[in-house]
Amino acid sequence: MDNQMLMGDEAIALGALHAGLSAAFAYPGTPSTEIMETLQEIASREGGFVAQWCSNEKTAFESALGASYAGRRTMVSMKHVGLNVAADPFINSALLKINGGLVVVVADDPGMHSSQDEQDSRWYADFARVPCLEPADSQEAYDMAREAFELSEKNACPVMLRIVTRLAHGRSAVVFGPRLPQNPVSKAGDRWGWNLMPSVARRLWKDLLAKYERIRGENDATSAIEPGSADLAVVTTGLALQYYRENEGDLATKPSHLHISRYPIPHGALRELASRSKRILVLEEGYPFVERYLRGILSTPIPISGKESGEVPATGELTPDNIRPALGLPARQGLAPSSLVPPGRPPQLCAGCPHGDSFSFLTEALEGHQVFAVNADIGCYTLGALPPYNAVETVVEMGASFGMARGASEAGLRPAVGVIGDSTFYHSGIPNLVDAVSHGTNVKFLILDNATTGMTGAQPTIMPSERLRAIALAVGVGSDHVHVVRAHRTEHEANVALLKRELDHMGVSVIIAFRECIEALKKARKA
Amino acid sequence: MKYDIILCGVGGQGGISVSVVIARAAMAEGLQVKQSEVHGMSQRGGEVLAHLRISDGTIASPTIPLGSASLVLAFEPLEALRYLPWLAAGGSVIAAAEPIRNIADYPDLGAIHAALKALPRSLLIDADRIAKEAGNARAANMVLVGAAARHLPLKAASLEAAIVELFSRKGEAVVAANMKAFEAGRGL
Ligand code: SF4
Repeated sequence: MDNQMLMGDEAIALGALHAGLSAAFAYPGTPSTEIMETLQEIASREGGFVAQWCSNEKTAFESALGASYAGRRTMVSMKHVGLNVAADPFINSALLKINGGLVVVVADDPGMHSSQDEQDSRWYADFARVPCLEPADSQEAYDMAREAFELSEKNACPVMLRIVTRLAHGRSAVVFGPRLPQNPVSKAGDRWGWNLMPSVARRLWKDLLAKYERIRGENDATSAIEPGSADLAVVTTGLALQYYRENEGDLATKPSHLHISRYPIPHGALRELASRSKRILVLEEGYPFVERYLRGILSTPIPISGKESGEVPATGELTPDNIRPALGLPARQGLAPSSLVPPGRPPQLCAGCPHGDSFSFLTEALEGHQVFAVNADIGCYTLGALPPYNAVETVVEMGASFGMARGASEAGLRPAVGVIGDSTFYHSGIPNLVDAVSHGTNVKFLILDNATTGMTGAQPTIMPSERLRAIALAVGVGSDHVHVVRAHRTEHEANVALLKRELDHMGVSVIIAFRECIEALKKARKA
Repeated sequence: MKYDIILCGVGGQGGISVSVVIARAAMAEGLQVKQSEVHGMSQRGGEVLAHLRISDGTIASPTIPLGSASLVLAFEPLEALRYLPWLAAGGSVIAAAEPIRNIADYPDLGAIHAALKALPRSLLIDADRIAKEAGNARAANMVLVGAAARHLPLKAASLEAAIVELFSRKGEAVVAANMKAFEAGRGL
């Protein structure tokens, strides 16, 4: 058991567990999902700690705050765009006197393998003044998960662990450390460290700025410059280290090199490196974060290359090949690509997926309308935008479906249909439903209830399907206009007729199209 | 020694299990291993790719540089062609011959097979048929592992042990069928 081949996500889960984790909270999101899955699998066997899916990243974060208030080590994990949802508790938590260690794992997705943007969470960490650790392989992910708890308790602040898809889903060997006991319940002693009323927050903000600079100083002290040629200095962060190492051997002269894995950015080390070098190249996964910072902290400017200057591709993931031009290395030669290969295989709904049947009846019910809006959301049903369905018009972020359909209708674009999955409805749909009911908007909400979070590998939805109807009724949708139908082609005609009737209704309608996800059924059968 | 493998196929073909078998066998022999895969939308018929790197020294990049793969192991013939730019001079391609036609513009299968056969070191395998003959249509992946065995810098016994470990949870019959498929692949 002491030398395992682990995914970055698994390594983080185990690192946290071995550091005395008491409570973990999360909402599923690729590539972060396996952190919670690993913890839940262990919790189901061993017990002794809490590992829970939550309605969304904000509620997950707030639960973690409570666990920290109680004095226990807690972790909240999410994908990068999840941090947008949790931004309010995240940014404000920086001001608190964190009690039990609080670690926020955020998985960025450069290359957008399974996301709608490439946002770089290091900006969030710096914006909030939260220290951030960035591992470069599974061993570091494990070690840094442990270190993050120490850092959090030592400095009484939350700590971010920032990973990227290749780290989250890459496997390499991990050697474990000792398993620490959990903290006992011990409520935060300083009540005024947990109350952000303005007079208190002003003081805490000052404290935080001082704390942040102190940690920057510590990061400076632990930064080590690998000496090399004065012609070129290379700065790497996180996984970019590995891509640099892959190519280092091909360089005629060895550049000096500084690797940054702990933020706030060590100013002193960067200035020192710059003072010894004629030119600096920054290699980092995500946005040009260090590169831009660097431009602001050097008193004698020297040429700085990276994503912002254009030497390194500004979009997508780094690879061992796409950083070679910036290092002045020729392209590696492989075989020419075959002319037979089409660009890619677009993903598709699984054969027999209930969403396919829902899009069929939706499309047919809308036939005959000159104009309409179909605003959808994040999930497998996003694929309804592609042939053969071509039904989905907009996909923006979790919950946008209902809000956009409501706004489109209020602006005069009708009929307007918001299409959302059950999990996304619980995540962010409910407040928009409340808005629609309170204003009596003429809008149709279609909840595609497959009783799971299908997109991320079929995690159970937070609540059973039966509740959806009750929620619609509870917030005040008329009982004649809440329907549960079966998303199956045998019901096609009946579903078309029902939806057509509701399109003629002048107020809020909620149609819950139910059928279980095929993948979830398979998974349940296997278990 | 360093040995890089591109494993590719179409979502739902279970390519990750092959990666796990080879990686475990390499770990058991005391080698360094790095593996990178991308999950997410892959379960729904898109292309699936895993990079598997084996070495007796330190491995840096989790993904394989262009022109460096010793082996492209493909569960689908068109996908084999997609990753030719990663193949090293002297590298081999082992591909299942049966297509997965889930795209409208799937090229002519004869042309795909011809392009693969034209490569200096390639092996096209009727993996589904051979697996069926070995008694389990779902063990086609292990036929491919078997066919790759003689190329890999690993002992057959290590691969066998990894197969047993991976499938033992599913019962003896599944283990036996996968071992039989592996043996059938080795004989090719
Ligand atoms: S995973 Fe489930 S919801 Fe997603 S496409 Fe497949 S059947 Fe449909």
